[in-house]
Amino acid sequence: MQMRSFGQSIKRKEDPAFLTGKGRYVDDIELPNMAHAAFVRSPLAHAKIKSIDASAARAMDGVIAVITYHELPETLRQRRLPLVVPVESLTNPRLPYTLARDEVCYVGEAIAIVVAENRYIAEDAVAQVMVDLEPLGVVADCRAGLLEGAPRSHLGADSNIAATMPSVTGDIDAAFSNARHVFKESIFQHRGGAFFMECRGAIAHYDQFSENLLVYVSSQGVHRIKRSFHELFDIQDSKLRIVTPDVGGGFGPKGSYYVEYGAVAAASMATGRPVKWIEDRRENFVATHQERDQYWDVEIAVDENAKILGVRGTLTHDNGAYTPWGIVLPWISVATVPGPYVIPAYDMTLISVITNKVPTTPVRGAGRPQAVFVMERLLERVAKELGLDPAEVRRRNFIKPEQMPYDVGVIFRDGRPVVYDSGDYPKCQEVALEAINYEAFAERQKAALSEGRYIGIGIGNAVEATGLGPYEGVTVRIGTNGNITAYTGATPQGQAHKTTLAQIVADHFGVSIDAVTVETGDTSNISFGIGTFASRTAVNAGSSAHLAGQAVATKVREIAAQLLEVEPDDIELTDGVARVKGPSNRFKTLRELAVYSLGKPGFSLAPGMTPGLENTAYFTPTQSSYANGTSVAEVEVDVETGRVHINRLVMSHDCGRVINPMVVDGQVVGGVAHGVGNALFERMVHDDQAQPLSTNFGEYMLPLAADVPRVEIHHQETASPNNPLGVKGAGEGGTIPTIVAIVNAVANALAPLGVHIAEAPLSPQRIIQLIDEAKARSVA
Amino acid sequence: MKDLRTISVTVNGTPYSREVETRRTLADFLRLDLKLTGTHLGCEHGACGACTVRVEGEAVRSCLMLAVQTNGKSVATVEGLAKDGKLTPMQNQFWEKHGLQCGFCTPGILMTMTEFLEENPDPTESEVRDALSGNICRCTGYQAIVDAVLATAAQARGEQ
Repeated sequence: MQMRSFGQSIKRKEDPAFLTGKGRYVDDIELPNMAHAAFVRSPLAHAKIKSIDASAARAMDGVIAVITYHELPETLRQRRLPLVVPVESLTNPRLPYTLARDEVCYVGEAIAIVVAENRYIAEDAVAQVMVDLEPLGVVADCRAGLLEGAPRSHLGADSNIAATMPSVTGDIDAAFSNARHVFKESIFQHRGGAFFMECRGAIAHYDQFSENLLVYVSSQGVHRIKRSFHELFDIQDSKLRIVTPDVGGGFGPKGSYYVEYGAVAAASMATGRPVKWIEDRRENFVATHQERDQYWDVEIAVDENAKILGVRGTLTHDNGAYTPWGIVLPWISVATVPGPYVIPAYDMTLISVITNKVPTTPVRGAGRPQAVFVMERLLERVAKELGLDPAEVRRRNFIKPEQMPYDVGVIFRDGRPVVYDSGDYPKCQEVALEAINYEAFAERQKAALSEGRYIGIGIGNAVEATGLGPYEGVTVRIGTNGNITAYTGATPQGQAHKTTLAQIVADHFGVSIDAVTVETGDTSNISFGIGTFASRTAVNAGSSAHLAGQAVATKVREIAAQLLEVEPDDIELTDGVARVKGPSNRFKTLRELAVYSLGKPGFSLAPGMTPGLENTAYFTPTQSSYANGTSVAEVEVDVETGRVHINRLVMSHDCGRVINPMVVDGQVVGGVAHGVGNALFERMVHDDQAQPLSTNFGEYMLPLAADVPRVEIHHQETASPNNPLGVKGAGEGGTIPTIVAIVNAVANALAPLGVHIAEAPLSPQRIIQLIDEAKARSVA
Repeated sequence: MKDLRTISVTVNGTPYSREVETRRTLADFLRLDLKLTGTHLGCEHGACGACTVRVEGEAVRSCLMLAVQTNGKSVATVEGLAKDGKLTPMQNQFWEKHGLQCGFCTPGILMTMTEFLEENPDPTESEVRDALSGNICRCTGYQAIVDAVLATAAQARGEQ
């Protein structure tokens, strides 16, 4: 019997090490003679560097070096960081030098790196580096940056606009001029940052004898980081190796190359010692990419039956000070607004504004939660104005399964048209509504209200592009000891790749996942890679694991058939052997076949045979696979304190075929918790000079165990036709529709008080303020 | 100038005597001096709980305690939970229930929850969630952790 791992809730291969303190994160690596680094960072959001005096720091006992821009290797003085995703509409790209040259553009920007015998001394010395800064005008808010006469966020810039890009389909003017109803909303949304528990970190080891540079870094993809090193340093390919060990969470921002990595490498080159830098939590608040602010001015046109005719508006996006990922983040937002609905005409212009804050790049959800928020708030508004049930308004506008594949008419950030491949959106919502007993909610709400309790229900529907290309590779190799190993450029941060990819490979050989080892995060293991982000690994690396595993298994059967003098179809793979089907008990072990496949020294290989039991596959999807989900939340709002309690949260979710249900549930529940944080807690607060005021976990609230609800998950499995496994990504689907589901529920709870909500997150203070404003309006 | 003290500490049953700087945190002492890197630093200001260890049986934040404060005391870390390669019932339940993803917060949570179940062997879900509220996990949404802790308690009571 062939063992099947795919589809089973198999316990993770990763866990025994993590549970016993044997995880190996970057800070756990200690190299001989290693020195430790800390950074001098800008205390101002925008300033000219007049002078830097590091003499006192350099004179301190235990300080090895202080490096500023001027002491960097020549290539780093010439070259700014590379732009990861250049696009035409990004007319004003901005990228930093590894250490600030003459201008700092956000609080936290790196000015100098101090290298010392230990971290304690390095931090002492940071305080002794005197930087003379001349303050410049600050763009602290993206809307303010657009005003006439606003200061420029960079010296010499003509404008604060990084990019303006329209996304248009259909006849928008006709849609609005013929509409029975047009409703307008101004929506503010703020998402904080990733706040993975393991801060960033890197160790650079430049071997001056061999001129090899080895960098250990907590990342989401080693190959792209290698590429950035290549672009910045003149090092030949064979002399550069990037390794990512275990990673304590990534959620997007660890996918970027950061200035600190090059600075640490430069420090290792300058000092001749391995240099470690581990970000502390305050640095994490000021120097790791975030998502932050979006302002949406939007309108929806509907007919008398609440059918959508068109949606139009503007998204003003806070890009932060630099554009390492171009406009990927707001572009995903504008392409995600249409969601699961038929929208005949759409016209959304994104304006990405350069501000004096840390750059924004994708965080779990990547601009999609904001887009879904916009669409779902607009539909709530339609329901309210037309006196219809919000669920019914959605039903009337859903794309039907028989309309698949469905061309939305806009272009996604992968340059391809948004074409949904599969999914049953009406059913997804119905499953969630039934689970939460939506029909009876009005009664529950009435009863609660009569007791003075404000409960509400809210819906969020989302369609999410997952599994973005260009590719991810997997090499499957059977060693001469018979071990099966899969090597990939995908770089996990908790997603269980070592289990789920093993499940896919194991099935081809009829073995348990214990017989398959998955190696990740090392540029020396596989030539090319993109990394783990954008819910892309199951689709890309999963499909490659399948294709490579299949190819190696085919070769195993062929060689075994040759040796056992039968046809390949007569061979079955099970328990680590290639066996002739039937009762004969004739077989060859994988070990024997692996040894045979390498040939004997001096002898020719069999005609047509290539050496080794090895295959590398780079699956390249033709387009994204579209997952979808419905989040329904029931909340109670304490109108005295503004506290929101989530009574129930149901998530109906379709990520195609599921490799490991337990792992997928973990991804969904974790994603929902992130959504709870974005709906109710998380806010990066800055003052009007863009000085961050929330720089620790006392000031920035992450959702805690008592804050998040138990998530009730219901799976649909609509196989994607876009990849051989039929899978879709699952890492972000919990987050994306949940924020608006909670906010819609709060709005529904407070509807009897006349409260209107068009923002997230909602703090208790803000809820009280909104209630007070509604009361004032009703009095006036 | 460096202010040094010699301290004697028993960690996971093994006695150690080391000279340390007075400003060295317990976390750094464990990680750097004793090479017990299972204790993780998530925030270094006592908010996230990742660095939780037990000193004289009490769960403490090792980032907020100085190594010299443990002189003459016993310290327990995640490395001391499993004996002879055998996971504790709680570690096993975390594995069974998918109570960890990236694993970074896990050691601190195991130390916190082990103490919690000693004090409260029959907790409600809400009590578990309250007790867990000093430990931040960004991956799991806590649900599977709560389930693992409840299952551990039930198992200890002979209910499973």
